[in-house]
Amino acid sequence: MTTITHLIKTFTLWEFIKAHLLTLKYFFKRKATINYPFEKNPLSPRFRGEHALRRYPNGEERCIACKLCEAVCPALAITIESEPRDDGSRRTTRYDIDMTKCIYCGFCQEACPVDAIVEGPNLEFATETREELLYDKTKLLENGAKWERAIAANLAADAPYR
Amino acid sequence: MTSFFQNLGMNYEAAWFTATIAGILLIALPLMLAVALIIYAERKLWAAFALRRGPNVVGPFGILQSFADGLKVFLQETIIPSASNRGLFLIAPIITFTVALMAWAVIPFADGVVLSNINVGLLYILAISSLGVYGVVIAGWASNSKYPFYSAMRAAAQMISYEVSIGFILICVVLWAGTFNVGGIIEGQRSHVFGFINAYALNPLLFPIAVMFLISSMAETARAPFDLTEAESELVAGYQTEYSSMAFALFWLGEYANVLLMCALNAILFWGGYLPPVDWAPLYVVPGIIWFFAKILLMFFIFAWVKATVPRYRYDQLMRLGWKVFLPISLFWVFLVSGYLMFTGHFA
Repeated sequence: MTTITHLIKTFTLWEFIKAHLLTLKYFFKRKATINYPFEKNPLSPRFRGEHALRRYPNGEERCIACKLCEAVCPALAITIESEPRDDGSRRTTRYDIDMTKCIYCGFCQEACPVDAIVEGPNLEFATETREELLYDKTKLLENGAKWERAIAANLAADAPYR
Repeated sequence: MTSFFQNLGMNYEAAWFTATIAGILLIALPLMLAVALIIYAERKLWAAFALRRGPNVVGPFGILQSFADGLKVFLQETIIPSASNRGLFLIAPIITFTVALMAWAVIPFADGVVLSNINVGLLYILAISSLGVYGVVIAGWASNSKYPFYSAMRAAAQMISYEVSIGFILICVVLWAGTFNVGGIIEGQRSHVFGFINAYALNPLLFPIAVMFLISSMAETARAPFDLTEAESELVAGYQTEYSSMAFALFWLGEYANVLLMCALNAILFWGGYLPPVDWAPLYVVPGIIWFFAKILLMFFIFAWVKATVPRYRYDQLMRLGWKVFLPISLFWVFLVSGYLMFTGHFA
């Protein structure tokens, strides 16, 4: 009996018809994807995107060149050189992140005692050349200036859970 | 059309020549446009089946996507591998593309609107579609690279296997229509079923082979679920792996022109070609070419639907289906149809 039903099912293409009706049902369903460049998904405050170096509200750099981020970076993407500044405080003379090495683990952000290096909410920083992805201190500080509001809001939103 | 050019003051030979050239351009150029749009349509259809949006940025609703892709491909460098056979490597996509266009010469777009109304039109189509495999085989061999070569061998075996059963399926249709002429086959379907339906496919005796022809034509054009020639998980991109730029685009265009051709053949052989679905006078107000295109698009929707639904066959399953299922059944059906026609005195 089972052989007969199997034979009938095979020759009437029963399984195929069922599968096609299923896909046809999905054909008329609402699209699951968003219209990306024009619509965007919400991002978590913890989203780890493009890096930024922040400043204090008075304009002073936060980074004190402790090199904890450089030490913790598992991809060895961060390079820091530092010197005492004229006023005696220690500051970085060089702060490079190789974004092609970075794995966006967020350890630098976690290691930072002064919330200087953070991963902001920006994920659209594709470039046309590889060299543009070798970020230096100027670029990172620029990012900090550009994304400060969003970064500060995200840090505030995430603060209760840290 | 020849008489039109004769009235312009040409002698018969010149008029015939000009008319044929004009006819070829009238078919080939809109076909190219149709292929570009059909690629876009197919991407949209798959996207819809997968709950995606598909191309929607270039032009309104992304309708110019294929043209953007074409432009991009056109601006690329043509890379010819140093180990390849240069002449054959370049001629292979040309063969594929040309052969895909050639078969359209005998396709009637409306009553009497056909470039070349030859008596053995169906044999011509069969011959041309068999030639199509040469482009693929030569491409695979001339690339001098292992995956294209595997793909070419697969393509050759696959197309030959399914052409056997396609041949028998066509025999059934030819037996019923009593002619190899494509226009004659369409006219044979006029009020064929129950005296008012214009389609062989709805004849209970011919319905199974209509389905078989649909499946075989998917295998013949190497479309999913039978796209083993370009199974990307095994063969990178199949026979077109080493190709770039316009050579690659020619394969692409040829492939889709073939798909359109197979859709047209399905429409012509089993669904009444340019005839309206039922033999009812008001339906004849709509020109035949509209009915024909509507049927082609419907068949194309089915092609895309199948591609979006059925996973790829394994190669041994493909061969089993071709030789151990389709061949015996189609052979049996030739016997059945001819027996029925003999019994009912159709040949008398």
